[in-house]
Amino acid sequence: MMTTDTSTSALKLSLPVLFGYIPLGAAFGVMFSDLGYHWIYATLMGLVIYAGAGQFLAVGLLANHAGLLEVFVATLLLNARHMVYGLSLLSTLKLQGPRRWYLIFALTDETYSLLTMLQVKCEELRSRLQFQVAALNHAYWVIGCTLGAWLGGHIDYSTAGIEFTLPALFLVLTLEQYRAVRRPQVFALAVAIGVLALVISPDNMLMLSIALAVSLLIMARGGVEWNRLRIF
Amino acid sequence: MESSAYLLTFIVVATLATFLTRLLPFVLLYRWAEHPLLKHLGRYLPPVLMVLLLMYALKDALVTGERLLPSLVALAVVAVLHLMWRNPLVSILSGTGLYMFLTQTGLLL
Repeated sequence: MMTTDTSTSALKLSLPVLFGYIPLGAAFGVMFSDLGYHWIYATLMGLVIYAGAGQFLAVGLLANHAGLLEVFVATLLLNARHMVYGLSLLSTLKLQGPRRWYLIFALTDETYSLLTMLQVKCEELRSRLQFQVAALNHAYWVIGCTLGAWLGGHIDYSTAGIEFTLPALFLVLTLEQYRAVRRPQVFALAVAIGVLALVISPDNMLMLSIALAVSLLIMARGGVEWNRLRIF
Repeated sequence: MESSAYLLTFIVVATLATFLTRLLPFVLLYRWAEHPLLKHLGRYLPPVLMVLLLMYALKDALVTGERLLPSLVALAVVAVLHLMWRNPLVSILSGTGLYMFLTQTGLLL
């Protein structure tokens, strides 16, 4: 009984991601199909790389026959923001075993965002929900990549704009965060950092702003705590 | 058809690089999960990241001004609906429907 309960909640939670991932994955698939490879590789990339921006970058690198070291470094830098997601989930991710590894593997922007919203006190239920949301999002992405590569350029444009579910989802999650953390100055600071990063370098906006935000949050906490980490 | 050996190696490398970025904090910082500084980051990073991801998702509209107005109108509707009913799906799908309508009909462009 419990399983069906969390499956329904997981499906509901992940629905906005469905509407975002199918068109975005399909956009990747369409671009990928122009390279002349079999569509099954688009499915494979969605399945094992599973990174939106990372796969768009991959299309560019593949088109240029980039060296493997370049591929490694560029992908690592582009996805560096994921490190911060793990950082903030350390204490809420109680899953163990293979499902833990899977969840870490599947930690995209959208999956991370949904996980921050799960305020389930019961550890077992929360873990199950975390896993199901991650797996559903992954499935949507793979389906999107495959559809795009299959259909190539024959996508119906009446669905144009449906990927707006993603900014809408982030706005809803921002409002939910405001319910949890009632500190307007935190949100104002985030907007200021975002604007600053957009002015400095729109292309690297996300990475730059996240790096700035982490540094500022650490400085705000003071050097004392930092020393107690004894990393250095 | 292009060489699939290169493509397969490429996929392995890109997969490893992506997984590594997601794995590192769990491997390196696992011991300090309950440390006050990491708890502090765990508390304040999500709101900050949500704002930044929202801005990032709107990046093109913010930088070029293209479709900025329909985006802002649709987001305002999302916010109002969410503050009224707090039903994420209703807010998100209504806002998206409105955005699609506004951009496809060219209203407010």
